[in-house]
Amino acid sequence: MDDSTLIEALARDVDGAFEALVHGHQDRLYTIALRLLADPADAEEVTQDAFARAHRALCAWDADRIRALALRPWLAAIVVNAGRNRRRRPVDRRPAVSLGPLLASGFDPGDDRPTPETVAERRVEAATWTRRLAGLPPGVRAVVILRHVDGLSYTEIATALGRPEGTVKAQVHRGLRRLRAMIEDERAEERREMTA
Amino acid sequence: MTGSTGSTGSTAPAVPDDIEAALAALATSAPGGLAVATLAALGLADLYATMPSPLGDVLVTWNGRGVSAVSLAENEEPAALEARHFAATGRRATRATGGLPAVLARAIARRMSGDRRVRIALDLRGRGDFERQVWLKALEIPSGEVRPYGWIAAEIGRPRAVRAVGSALGHNPVPLIVPCHRVVRGDGTIGQYSLGGPANKRAILAAEGVDPDALEAMARAGVRLIGSDSTRIVCHPTCRNARRIRADHRVPFRSITAASDAGYRPCRVCRPASSLVGTGAAA
Repeated sequence: MDDSTLIEALARDVDGAFEALVHGHQDRLYTIALRLLADPADAEEVTQDAFARAHRALCAWDADRIRALALRPWLAAIVVNAGRNRRRRPVDRRPAVSLGPLLASGFDPGDDRPTPETVAERRVEAATWTRRLAGLPPGVRAVVILRHVDGLSYTEIATALGRPEGTVKAQVHRGLRRLRAMIEDERAEERREMTA
Repeated sequence: MTGSTGSTGSTAPAVPDDIEAALAALATSAPGGLAVATLAALGLADLYATMPSPLGDVLVTWNGRGVSAVSLAENEEPAALEARHFAATGRRATRATGGLPAVLARAIARRMSGDRRVRIALDLRGRGDFERQVWLKALEIPSGEVRPYGWIAAEIGRPRAVRAVGSALGHNPVPLIVPCHRVVRGDGTIGQYSLGGPANKRAILAAEGVDPDALEAMARAGVRLIGSDSTRIVCHPTCRNARRIRADHRVPFRSITAASDAGYRPCRVCRPASSLVGTGAAA
């Protein structure tokens, strides 16, 4: 069900259409929560909490207000807000597992079938990015995730978070610059270790 | 992220990787049970699991608003149960992988063992006011006691609706939690039971300390009420006050009118005055 059909269905019957909303948006809301919070259990809880908040709001609104809704950014804003209260556990700062032993044991990165090794690699990759994202200031992290992980436009993010579009652009730009700097630092570190 | 291993020097690596592509690749899927758990918490879908009861395993179905159904676990395929639940409530039911939440299981077990004070939220959406009134009234009957259908009808202010009370009890979606088995026919016979028939009703009443055979024998002899000639109070035979009357002080009555004519007043606990309107219908 595309979002405009979904919104029309919600405007007619929130409870009847809410299952479609959950199925249609659970992956992206969970992704946003997971990348914001870096903890799967927290992310699951926050995603559920976000859906509950959305349901409460929709039940209180009349049909016209629901029809006027920009669903994707609205839901994203709810999960970001729900996550704000949950960002308490210390982020896991252990270094990501090295792929060295895997490569040494004959793992062939050229094989693109999802072998257990490639699955493991993806997990390591995601963990590395999670750690990097955790190094961004929370406000910047949220807009980077909304823009580049979730794929919202600058305008949608600005509306969703109630910030000027220029501010959002600047924050995303700053976030990417910080991430780039982190990667360069990691590489410099690797080089130092190898030449030591 | 396998870094370049070659030059250490001055040829500054500009943008090492496509950061935007790497970020886009962080999109992932929600865990398997998340949608069901979310919908169930909101009361838009239900979960079910089995738990033991005096009648063997029962299936308890619930959501964030409360328990929505109790049924016998035997002889029903999950698909059939789920279809039946959907037809009755319009909600999907999914087997809960983790079983019943411990708090809920404890509360239901306590209720089944006769503790009426334990609070169990019920989700009775879509049910009529009359049915809810009947079920709430049945909740007032203590374990080890029974009341006639007519008692419920009179207590909820619908003394002529005895047959409708029987029908509402027959449609009780949460038997054992709402003890419809404690409501019997006005003629003293045990009557029907939605959770597996009269044999189960007798079994669970016996487990609660009621002797169904003795109750029916008394009814056959025309006895509906028991009075005490020392207090001049008259009760339903299973009322806790009636059970305290010593054998040599027990006075049987056919009706509240007969008791009243003999100078007896109705017990304030079991309120028998209201119980003798109509004869009761099968649940």
